[in-house]
Amino acid sequence: MDIHEYQAKKILSGFGVTIPRGGIVYSPENAENKARELGGSKWVVKAQVHSGARGKAGGIIICNSVLEVAQAADKLLGKKLVTNQTGPEGKITNRVYIEEATEIKKELYLGLVFDRSSESIMVVASTEGGMSVEEISKKKPETIIRSKIEVAVGMQKFQAREIAFGLKIEPKLIARMADTIIGCYRAFSELDATMVEVNPLVISNQDQILALDCKMSFDNNALFRRNQVSELRDKTQENANEVYASDRGLNYVSLEGNIGNIINGAGLAMASMDMIKLAGGEPANFLDVGGGATPEKIVKAFKLISMDEKVKVILVNIFAGINRCDWVAEGIVQALEKIEIKVPLVIRLAGTNVEKGNKILKESKINYIEANTLEDAANKAVKALGK
Amino acid sequence: MSVLIDKKTKIIVQGFTGKMGSFHAEEMIKYGSNVVGGVTPGKGGLKHLNLPVFNTVKEAVKNTGATASILFVPPAFAADSAMEAADAGIKTCVAIVDGIPSHDMIKIKRYMRRYSRKEKMTLVGPNCAGVISPGKAMLGIMPGHIYKEGKVGIIGRSGTLGYEAAQQLKNLNIGVSTSVGIGGDPINGSSFKDILEKFEEDKETEAVLMIGEIGGPQEVAAGKFAKENMKKPIIAYIAGLTAPKGRVMGHAGAIVSAYGESAVEKVELLKECGVTISKNPSVMGETVKSALNSKT
Repeated sequence: MDIHEYQAKKILSGFGVTIPRGGIVYSPENAENKARELGGSKWVVKAQVHSGARGKAGGIIICNSVLEVAQAADKLLGKKLVTNQTGPEGKITNRVYIEEATEIKKELYLGLVFDRSSESIMVVASTEGGMSVEEISKKKPETIIRSKIEVAVGMQKFQAREIAFGLKIEPKLIARMADTIIGCYRAFSELDATMVEVNPLVISNQDQILALDCKMSFDNNALFRRNQVSELRDKTQENANEVYASDRGLNYVSLEGNIGNIINGAGLAMASMDMIKLAGGEPANFLDVGGGATPEKIVKAFKLISMDEKVKVILVNIFAGINRCDWVAEGIVQALEKIEIKVPLVIRLAGTNVEKGNKILKESKINYIEANTLEDAANKAVKALGK
Repeated sequence: MSVLIDKKTKIIVQGFTGKMGSFHAEEMIKYGSNVVGGVTPGKGGLKHLNLPVFNTVKEAVKNTGATASILFVPPAFAADSAMEAADAGIKTCVAIVDGIPSHDMIKIKRYMRRYSRKEKMTLVGPNCAGVISPGKAMLGIMPGHIYKEGKVGIIGRSGTLGYEAAQQLKNLNIGVSTSVGIGGDPINGSSFKDILEKFEEDKETEAVLMIGEIGGPQEVAAGKFAKENMKKPIIAYIAGLTAPKGRVMGHAGAIVSAYGESAVEKVELLKECGVTISKNPSVMGETVKSALNSKT
């Protein structure tokens, strides 16, 4: 789960990381008031959308008067911001963050992620902040500092100090920098995060170490014990169909193609998508109804796919195990009594009681194309597109 | 022979008296697995499915001699149960459950470092279908009848795609020595490499089919291990050719975040290691067949 910049900043400041003064607002009027309240003569208005690269997309505006702050907020609020990470549809800006402007002496990079090969937390830092970590590793790979932290004992002071010295900052700032790094580590480990990124982490002209932009993501599997984190979910930042799916226990990812698919199991779903591609088509989605493929889930899946206007053909591929094909077939028949499907439908059943399952489908009133193998199903789905 | 489990392996079920535990315990018994009892804290002394229930794994091991266990406990308690099994001397533990936090998985693995290589438990999963040695024993939730007894080892991250492979092999009259589902989570108990090592030592296994997917370094690590240490042929299929970067595809671990984690990159890196690639998921069986034929 992702959260907004201002939420991540608030969390990190609770772990001793210093952030510039700022506040969240929902309207241009409040933006002006917030700017007055913060005081000073220069502010930054930042669109709160779940995406990086907001600056280049015009989502971050520097203002020299409270009037400009109100105008900037007006320009951003209620509009979709399209960045190179949001896709062409963009993401809606419902809140903007007003922050006092910082005079920057030096921009650094600090990120924490899980390292899957060593199964530890990896801290990545660089003297070259302000650009993405991918860009840094391409342009200035020699500046990247990596440090693996053993989760069982946590981050030690010396490890944080080593990173701080690696950032080539003035000696008087080392202790403060080490505390900042440890704060980020503690937030990661104590809140079941999967990613913390402070970019840029800056040294101001007044020699403060400030988290100027922050991103945090969390382990969905751990949200049950992190109520304060799960409350920060902002569904307006997610694809509407994906929200509909996740609220109904379906694993769904919206894609660009036009062949909708309903499959049980994540691996089989990816494999079916691959077959569609190899057959010359493009999948409209990834959808895993769960290994069990219960009739309730199948009804929900058909509803979801029928909401997607891109879909010109639907491919159903169920490998039934303990849940037998006859039972799955009955689920499909029931679903199609409730939901009208206007596009060609290809169904492939496999596994336990496959003959019985196919017989039930044949004897029902549903209009469909039967397929036997994975390849057959993909070929028939692509062929049905032309009709 | 087979790996991890055979006909004699004594099995206990953790979370025995729950709905899932009961259902799958019965399925395993029907298949012929040697289930000797189960654990549900607070229900020790009772009988369930005509088998004894114990309060702790230690008691269960002491009284039954069990060496394998399967977990049907909710995600929030799964780490605790896995560590309890390790501490009680269980040798193979399968965690079916989907939804264990990554931090908990790391905790389990660190906990298990206290044991020597010899006494260390093999944890399989989580978020997997389990282990089956066809014709001998099933320690999982798969449909046993789609697996034919034979000489090909299977290792896979996905449940139903593993079934698909077993079915394709069966249709070609090729059997399986053991199939191991290592699960779809980013941090798992056993990696592809861990299980490959076991298959290389197993006399009955002649070839291994690895069914991988996008995300993580494990398929490529296994390929490198195989290149240096294995004589048996390895066939691999990697799912997720069409998966977009940075998105989680159902499995928590199926996300491309670094170089070498996409399907195309994994296929290239595996080819360099001498692994035979199944070019699509529909020909996993045929690819194994031709690899077996060219071997003899």
